[in-house]
Amino acid sequence: MRTKKMLVVMLCVFAVTATQSFASTLADVKAKGYLTLGVSEGVPGFSIPDSTGRWVGFDVDMGRAVAAAVLGDAEKMKFVPLTSKQKIVAVSSGQVDITSRTTTWTMKRDAKQGVDFTFVVFYDGQGFMVPSKSGVTSAKQLDGATVCVTSGTTTELNLADFARANNLKIEAVVFDGKKEAFNAYTSGRCDAFTTDVSQLASLRTTVADPKSHVILPEIISKEPLSPLVRHGDNQWKDIVFWVIDGLVAAEEYGVTQENVLKIKKETKNPVIQRMLGVTGDVGGFLGLDKDWLVRAIQAVGNYGEIYNRHFGPGTKLKIPRGLNRQWKQGGLLYAMPIR
Amino acid sequence: MYLLQLGVVAGIMWMGYRLFSNTQANLEARNIASGFGFFSVEAGLPISNTLLPYSPADTYGYAFLMGVLNTLYVSALGVLLATLLGVLVGVARVSSNWLVAKLAEVYVETLRNVPLLLTLFFFYTVVLAGLPGPRASLRFLGHCFLNNRGLYLPRPLFQSGFGLVAAALALAIVGVVFFSRWAESHRQKTGTVLPTFRIGLVVIVGLPAAVFFLLGSPLKWEYAVLKGFNFRGGIVLRPEFSALMTGLVLYTAAFIGENVRSGIQSVPKGQMDAAKSFGVGKGVIMRRIILPQALRVIIPATTNDYTSLVKNSSLAVAIGYPDMVSVGGTIIGQNDQAIEIIGLWMAVYLAINLIISLVMNIINSRVQLVE
Repeated sequence: MRTKKMLVVMLCVFAVTATQSFASTLADVKAKGYLTLGVSEGVPGFSIPDSTGRWVGFDVDMGRAVAAAVLGDAEKMKFVPLTSKQKIVAVSSGQVDITSRTTTWTMKRDAKQGVDFTFVVFYDGQGFMVPSKSGVTSAKQLDGATVCVTSGTTTELNLADFARANNLKIEAVVFDGKKEAFNAYTSGRCDAFTTDVSQLASLRTTVADPKSHVILPEIISKEPLSPLVRHGDNQWKDIVFWVIDGLVAAEEYGVTQENVLKIKKETKNPVIQRMLGVTGDVGGFLGLDKDWLVRAIQAVGNYGEIYNRHFGPGTKLKIPRGLNRQWKQGGLLYAMPIR
Repeated sequence: MYLLQLGVVAGIMWMGYRLFSNTQANLEARNIASGFGFFSVEAGLPISNTLLPYSPADTYGYAFLMGVLNTLYVSALGVLLATLLGVLVGVARVSSNWLVAKLAEVYVETLRNVPLLLTLFFFYTVVLAGLPGPRASLRFLGHCFLNNRGLYLPRPLFQSGFGLVAAALALAIVGVVFFSRWAESHRQKTGTVLPTFRIGLVVIVGLPAAVFFLLGSPLKWEYAVLKGFNFRGGIVLRPEFSALMTGLVLYTAAFIGENVRSGIQSVPKGQMDAAKSFGVGKGVIMRRIILPQALRVIIPATTNDYTSLVKNSSLAVAIGYPDMVSVGGTIIGQNDQAIEIIGLWMAVYLAINLIISLVMNIINSRVQLVE
């Protein structure tokens, strides 16, 4: 009897260890019925739970759009808060289906770390924040300063590069979490705090007196932020890319959350007809149905609407569109043709 | 029966092989390199608080070594301080002085029952919130400064000739060791007790001091000076280090204190009464009669607490102290070779703790009853 039991247990263990690699992420997501999204531990504007515990933010909406396109419901999601140094391993190991968490697209990550980047959703750059009363007006004056920074990020490396390039002696105090790093800065442990400018603006809204901190003018790096997926699953990468591309295109063609159904019915523009599945079957190219993009836009709106909802003039953050304007307005957002 | 056991062993080996080959296949499928090749690549990451000189131009391997050294440093110093404090607390717990015993009890119960992570956050927050900025530093003893960037002390600069002072100190220590051995055998032969401790103290302090002044004080100090944002020069104890050290030592000392208390209470009360009836002094009873016997109970339990302290030092990452886990975590973030780094972490902790266990087992076998 005991022998038999043991054999059964062993067989089960073998069965588990013998499972090779992963199946396709699309099939996987459809089978489990929800999308697992890796997000930040709480950066206002990008991803943070609201007062009811529902995750909201710019990065979250990108994930919701994909859930709406794939599963038909933007609420069928599970969120996994990740620290900076977990964000890549989490997606390459299959713990999350997408990481949408202010992650910079770099060559090494793309080519060597088992992940693929999809679509640049936010063109950002690294900057410094200092207390207004310090009187510092330029990052070049930070010689001898102590700077608080989060570990496992490009931020940490850019800081070291900037110091070496400008011959500044900067002491970095490295924290595991962004909150701990920022708290240490606000309590006076560091002379400056550094991360991407958009996040500086976001974190500044969380202190008691936002005006007591200034963001220095220097941008010391290029930070194209993009959601990432597991390397090697081309179909899934295509889906995430084209859903976001569709949101950008929707802004370009004036398709909004409110008018999408109306436009779908009435438009005579063949480009929009193809996008919204009136003619042709672009959704089929991705293994999705014809209404994939309509559902995504219904759920979260087009790119411009998402941006305004989280960073626009009506929000606390008030981050100017800057590089994140449409190419026709002089920005870098350029949707690839959907056909 | 043997067949079954063989089968289980074969099964486990097969599982191990499958795990390995599966991992390799998955890493390959995602184009993740394996091996330690990246260790010779320039790290580019900043580390404050290293024991050896370090710059971002050094390699990942060297950066990781800096983390390992910090872990070793914190562990060694932590074990030492926690032992000293723990023995004091344990003795205080059984003190006949009501106030002392109660204070020790409150200390032990508080520290033991609060998660260490919270204790660390508490001390770190207190350090940062309680101390002024660099410009309003607290100044004491002339050239020592305390602010929320750390404790700044003068750094000794050894001039030529200081080696002789060190040699004199070594000579004095060796001399005193021999003297105290001789004094012990002298006491056993004749019964005369010499003031070994006082003579030893005079020799150990006096001889190097005499050499020092004869050579014309071959020692200078580099003082910390406020320059720009912060103090420069001198020796710095940063808040991250101080908070980690305080938290680890206070937490572990509470456990060691309990070991010491239970050890002392395990010595039959009759021994104490017997010693008292001979008129032996209280301090001598504790040092020469109670503690040596109590050690048999104390040491095995304390071995566990030492190993816990070493493992707990990995919480450093939460308060920004660059220990092995913090630096390694950054390296994982940059290279994504998590398996290699995690393997190294485990190997280093295992090695440290095996050494601690080994040393403690040797000490333990010495204090056990010889029958």
